[in-house]
Amino acid sequence: MLITRRAEFSASHVCCQSSLTPEQNREVYGSAANPSGHGHNYVLEVTLEGEPDPGTGMIFDLKKLKEIIQQAVVEPMDHRFLNYEVQPFNEVVPTAENVAVEIWDRLKPHFAGAPARLRNVRLYETEDLFVDYSGRD
Amino acid sequence: MMRVTRRYRFAASHRLHLADLSEEANRDLYGKCNNPFGHGHDYILEVTVAGPRDAATGLVIPIPSLDKLVYEQVLQDFDHKYFNVDVSDFADLVPTSENIIRVIEGRLKESWNAAFPGTWPRLDKIRLQETKRNSFQLIESEITK
Repeated sequence: MLITRRAEFSASHVCCQSSLTPEQNREVYGSAANPSGHGHNYVLEVTLEGEPDPGTGMIFDLKKLKEIIQQAVVEPMDHRFLNYEVQPFNEVVPTAENVAVEIWDRLKPHFAGAPARLRNVRLYETEDLFVDYSGRD
Repeated sequence: MMRVTRRYRFAASHRLHLADLSEEANRDLYGKCNNPFGHGHDYILEVTVAGPRDAATGLVIPIPSLDKLVYEQVLQDFDHKYFNVDVSDFADLVPTSENIIRVIEGRLKESWNAAFPGTWPRLDKIRLQETKRNSFQLIESEITK
């Protein structure tokens, strides 16, 4: 069975590579390459997979899941400029793909030995653009 | 592997009618969708692409390139059009959402290799929402290679 918990955070970013010209960056990243940056209301959906515990009837304690997401992702990223304030985005381009992988890597250790396994991270950058990551490129 | 989904919108009208059926049989089959003057929807098209992240760009697919392909192959021909009259694919094909999604698939595949020449990114899923209550999707195994 799958359970999904949703969280939101607002952050700014800029997508560009210093090795490319402004024109090349615009071609690759579109308006996301605007040098001053811009923001999104990111929506994160974290999906766990497991079987309900026969006693509690729960796959995983949702209060605990909420706390994990809050501490691992929302607190460090909410109302931040990702490129300047959240590592590794001082060196890694904070595309939706890379942010989703970073979120996965931050969440994954919290489920070591847990009754449920981390199954999928879906990150909406906007209502019209989202990525799904399940641990492997 | 990672999946990136981009959502697009277009408004279009259609009429569901088969010439070799009687008026009554068409009404029985298609209901209100058989109304002789047609009717419209705000369609939502979701295109899902799969692949690894490019090491340099951090992207599975450059969104401006996908937007350009979808605009040129689909949106510019479909948006604010009457499928039955304005879009030649439907001259002899009833524009049900099932048929529309296959036409979209064909149009995207036609230019895919020119736009994205390597093994990746691949077209992974197409979802077409006709109304909030009706949606149709083609998953990877159903997409023509």
